[in-house]
Amino acid sequence: MNIKYLDDQSLSRVKTALFLLALLPCLQLIFEALSYSLGANPIEKITRTTGYWTLTFLIITLSATPLRRLTGWLWLIRLRRMLGLFTFFYVSLHFLTYLVLDQFFDWAGILKDIIKRPYITVGFSSFLLMIPLALTSTNSMIKKLGGKNWRHLHQLTYLAAVGGVIHYWWLVKKDLSKPLSFALILALLFSIRLFYIVKNSNKTKQADPIKSAYPAANAIQLESPSEEHIKTH
Amino acid sequence: MKKLLDTRIQPSEITPRELYDRRHFMQLAAGASLTALLPVQAFAGDALDAAKTSAYTLADEKTPLKDITHYNNFYEFSTDKEGPAELAHTLKTRPWTVTVEGEVHKPKVFDIEELLKLAAMEERIYRLRCVEAWSMVIPWIGYPLSELIKQVEPTGNAKFVEFTTLYDPMQMPGQRSSVLEWPYVEGLRIDEAMHPLALLTFGLYGQVLPNQNGAPIRITVPWKYGFKSPKSIVKIRLTEQQPVSAWMKAGPEEYGFYSNVNPDIDHPRWSQAKERRIGDFFKRPTLPFNGYAEQVAHLYANMDLKKYF
Repeated sequence: MNIKYLDDQSLSRVKTALFLLALLPCLQLIFEALSYSLGANPIEKITRTTGYWTLTFLIITLSATPLRRLTGWLWLIRLRRMLGLFTFFYVSLHFLTYLVLDQFFDWAGILKDIIKRPYITVGFSSFLLMIPLALTSTNSMIKKLGGKNWRHLHQLTYLAAVGGVIHYWWLVKKDLSKPLSFALILALLFSIRLFYIVKNSNKTKQADPIKSAYPAANAIQLESPSEEHIKTH
Repeated sequence: MKKLLDTRIQPSEITPRELYDRRHFMQLAAGASLTALLPVQAFAGDALDAAKTSAYTLADEKTPLKDITHYNNFYEFSTDKEGPAELAHTLKTRPWTVTVEGEVHKPKVFDIEELLKLAAMEERIYRLRCVEAWSMVIPWIGYPLSELIKQVEPTGNAKFVEFTTLYDPMQMPGQRSSVLEWPYVEGLRIDEAMHPLALLTFGLYGQVLPNQNGAPIRITVPWKYGFKSPKSIVKIRLTEQQPVSAWMKAGPEEYGFYSNVNPDIDHPRWSQAKERRIGDFFKRPTLPFNGYAEQVAHLYANMDLKKYF
């Protein structure tokens, strides 16, 4: 079996496995809540955990394209929608935890937080940015918007990721090691993308071979892929 | 949240401590013969009785021992609040001395055994308000810090008191990281340190301080944010100049020398108006001076609390 090109059956197996794996953090939280093992400050624990997994899934989502380029595994791109939606799932849980458990619908307090607390301002903005991305994740929306518009819209993911890391950076009391590691991974992913953008801009654009093999995948590309890279395999 | 999810009674609420406390259980199992061979010393988990009943008590429900000992900040071990409980076993609390020096007529190195007998112990139920906007109610055991300071006879130049925590990265793994400048230093004005509420603390919940809560000796200043109550102290220095605390060095615009609990002065990054009492679902309003305004507000009369935060 050529690992670079998965047939539909293998891909659907990979997707099922990924779906179950992505649910694990949520299932663990539910299990801990039911077994009273969330610790002394359960609301803080839930907030931190959902926030951590939001950033983690954002990073994993953003690494699909660079990984595809480095490995040549074209099917990686077809996991991206699910990963992106799981990011949105965890950010929604994160926001709901703040809204319901932390603030208990104290709208005045929430508004004050959003205006006055920079880490909440930037975190809330990033959450808002992700809503149109989740809403336009269906095939019909991609068709409706057209590939180019859709791609441009979904470049907001980068902004949301940077916002998410800043949100984390600004809220920690003193120990920056965790937000720093997210920032470094994000910087690495951006550099890989930048490398390919520069490389591609020096080449004449050609017809994309993935287009015919993976029409749906192509529709959700963020940039044109490295033609040379794909052609050599 | 706990209240919301947890409608059943926790086993820890109905089982006597002797039966679920592992250390205690192990001691019982080890039998009296073994204990008889050990020197008479008080270690974490051993009983520490309060000789005197105290006027300082609260009607508030006490925070469970498990939460006090498994959710706290002690950066010398970890920056995670669950970390100290796991890691503090490496702290050696004997032998232990506390040097009291500086602007005093009789500087002295006190052995911990001597400090344990210096004045009558009492149990005091204090609120603890962390700068991170959570709070607890803790039955501490100790005696007023003033009892110790009186022993060394401060000179007329003694305006401040500086406390230093043990520095030993072998025992305190958190000190291998530079998250704060070590050793941890805190300070009080002399009148704050001599205030009867300032407690030299040796125990909680009727037992010797667990390592993670600052064994074998710590300061408790209930009207200030928690970080103003230094743990595992080895030195007390009376000074003419205002000490610079570890948190002032780490973030001078966020952590002031006074750091009195004040709902009207926000941390630059978050509100201090409310707090979540550990175990509660709803937040409660934070009280000026953590509810001790009647006793301590006069110390700050005519002071601009916004400037001296």
